[in-house]
Amino acid sequence: MSDAVPAVSGRDTLIRYLRDAGGVGILALAIFVPFIGLRLHGHMNGLALGYRPKLLAIGVVLAVLARVLVLIWQDRRVHQGRAAWRAARIASAGKYVTPLLLGFAVLLPLVPGIANFYIDLGVLVMTYVMLGWGLNIVVGLAGLLDLGYVAFYAVGAYSFALLAHYYHFTFWECLPLSGLFAALWGVCLGFPVLRLRGDYLAIVTLAFGEIIRLVITNWISLTGGPNGIYNIPHPTFFGLNFNLGGGAGTFSGFFGIDPDPKQLTTYLYYIIFFLALLTNWVTLRLRRLPMGRAWEALREDEIACRSLGINVRNTKLTAFAIGAMFGGFAGCFFATRQNFISPDSFTFIESATVLAIVVLGGAGSQLGVALAAVVMIGIPALLQDLSIYRMLFFGLALVIMMVVRPRGFVSTRTPSIALGRRKLISSELISEGHG
Amino acid sequence: MTCLLEVSNLVMRFGGLTAVSRLSFTAMRGDITAVIGPNGAGKTTVFNCITGFYRPSEGEIIIHREDQSTLALHRLPGFAIAKRGRVARTFQNIRLFGGMTVLENLMVAQHNRLQAATGFTLLAVLGLGRYRHVEAEAVERAKYWLEATGLTDRADEPAASLPYGAQRRLEIARAMCTDPVLLCLDEPAAGLNPRESEELNALLLKIRAAGCSLLLIEHDMGVVMKISDHIIVLDHGKKIADGAPADIRTNPAVISAYLGDGDDDDEDAVPVAAQ
Ligand SMILES: Nc1ncnc2c1ncn2[C@@H]1O[C@H](COP(=O)(O)OP(=O)(O)OP(=O)(O)O)[C@@H](O)[C@H]1O
Ligand SMILES: [Mg+2]
Repeated sequence: MSDAVPAVSGRDTLIRYLRDAGGVGILALAIFVPFIGLRLHGHMNGLALGYRPKLLAIGVVLAVLARVLVLIWQDRRVHQGRAAWRAARIASAGKYVTPLLLGFAVLLPLVPGIANFYIDLGVLVMTYVMLGWGLNIVVGLAGLLDLGYVAFYAVGAYSFALLAHYYHFTFWECLPLSGLFAALWGVCLGFPVLRLRGDYLAIVTLAFGEIIRLVITNWISLTGGPNGIYNIPHPTFFGLNFNLGGGAGTFSGFFGIDPDPKQLTTYLYYIIFFLALLTNWVTLRLRRLPMGRAWEALREDEIACRSLGINVRNTKLTAFAIGAMFGGFAGCFFATRQNFISPDSFTFIESATVLAIVVLGGAGSQLGVALAAVVMIGIPALLQDLSIYRMLFFGLALVIMMVVRPRGFVSTRTPSIALGRRKLISSELISEGHG
Repeated sequence: MTCLLEVSNLVMRFGGLTAVSRLSFTAMRGDITAVIGPNGAGKTTVFNCITGFYRPSEGEIIIHREDQSTLALHRLPGFAIAKRGRVARTFQNIRLFGGMTVLENLMVAQHNRLQAATGFTLLAVLGLGRYRHVEAEAVERAKYWLEATGLTDRADEPAASLPYGAQRRLEIARAMCTDPVLLCLDEPAAGLNPRESEELNALLLKIRAAGCSLLLIEHDMGVVMKISDHIIVLDHGKKIADGAPADIRTNPAVISAYLGDGDDDDEDAVPVAAQ
């Protein structure tokens, strides 16, 4: 952190900048020489080493410039009044952002002539919004660091896939069942795990996520193992399917319109939109009920909760189970959308992505999580040509956030009840939870 | 006067260290019972045993209810002591829900009563049932204790932003919102200025008048001698004196424990000096 005092002379500041930026330059040089400076060329008789001094120089200069900018920016931030003012601005902007975002989400598939690709992308983003909101209950409200959220997503998806495969259940029959099974799994996993705290909890949940995936992979007689399960039915619209052949019993046949793949995508879009809104609505309701308040109190101080007669273990379990339930709903939706699922869709990277969305968005904030899902999932998918840089983008976004807004996009908390006007609570006062 | 809390032969060992050894005492209903003693005497450990944070190595802790039934606290899981035994406590190092508002802190304290009205949360999520009504009652109760502790103006501020003295009072208000029969206060006057200390005395007397008995750990003899009905003195985990304030003040064992036989001593807290 910068320790600049307003009275520091310009010369001192300059020397400080030069020293700091020089260090960064040397570091950048050391890192960039092997990564950028050297290059292996395929050659007729093997490999040859090439050099790229110009590119190397550009890289180092960029790193130094970036550091100088960060230093200048940090010095400006010393004026704390500005920071508070900005926090208030962001909070008031939130009031307009929410309805705008909501309106955009409702109207997106109805834009005339919109390509199927964009609606499909909307479905993908909305799935992650829902997962983010589900995990937000566990991480943001209850303060339990769960690195294995994908396990519940997988349980939901496989519940539907297996029931459809063996017993020909439909999507709408399976949707509540998937949530129920995932919640049951949440309780089963939570029971032994929740006596652990902090880092230990994180590691064990991570392991549970992997265990579920490995069981699915290896239980070949039931799940088909790595080959996955095919021909999972799409959802029907009051009994009408979306076959492109048209005719009686299909959506297009019934309404007398031409079959179009967009009809199904749009339908899927509104299903996941509705599911995500349900997640959000339930979370917002729960926050104002004793259970939600107990979750937040648990995040703030577990020992105090115990002294007030709150059953800490059961309260944690409810957070785990309800978070898992929404993960299960999302998993069921994922299976019906894809038609096909395999264990590859439920790797640790999914858990990490959802957790990153929650952390970037600001743990506990519904709006922040939605914005983060758009940024983390939507933007990389739009920039398809740059998809090889996706992880780079990911890392950069996380680093920038750590420097600029360590508690996420929206880090303030709205009180759940007030005698007068609700005043936002700044993130410095809020605990992040210890497990 | 009837007995409320009965501690008999309480022993608490941590590995080789015996923090509390063979301690027996009773606290009467409607009394303010003070537990005093030099630093490290084992006072907080006794509180932790009573409120279920430690499981005693030996001994019994019994609550006598008004209907003559008894409840063995040492057999209950930690959280049930506040819920079923109706024993509330505060902490030596303040433990508030810092990121939640003052009012929210008081609402969390009424969790069990509120939760019972939510119909397993399901009905309340759908906006059905009598939850609204019960919540309104809870807010009224919170308002009463806000008024009693002088925190009404700050009800909507985050607890962590309150000044120190106000945080101490909030912790007491929060404990009172659980509707306890016994309130255990661990050094409530620590860090308070003389005026705040006076207000605290008044608050504690008000709590007693409302029918809640108090168990009080305190180093500030001004507070202890003035308001307590009964004093228990601990030293090195053992009870060395037990009686009315006037007797304790002149008890030679107490004086030597406080002035020290050369080992641990605490000159600020000599009971005779502070009157
Ligand atoms: N969890 C624990 N593990 C090991 N030793 C402990 C533990 N808790 C307390 N002790 C020890 O027990 C003894 C009594 O501690 P306790 O905190 O009860 O004293 P106290 O009377 O509250 O002192 P103070 O006036 O300083 O608050 C001390 O020697 C302490 O080190
Ligand atoms: Mg103590």
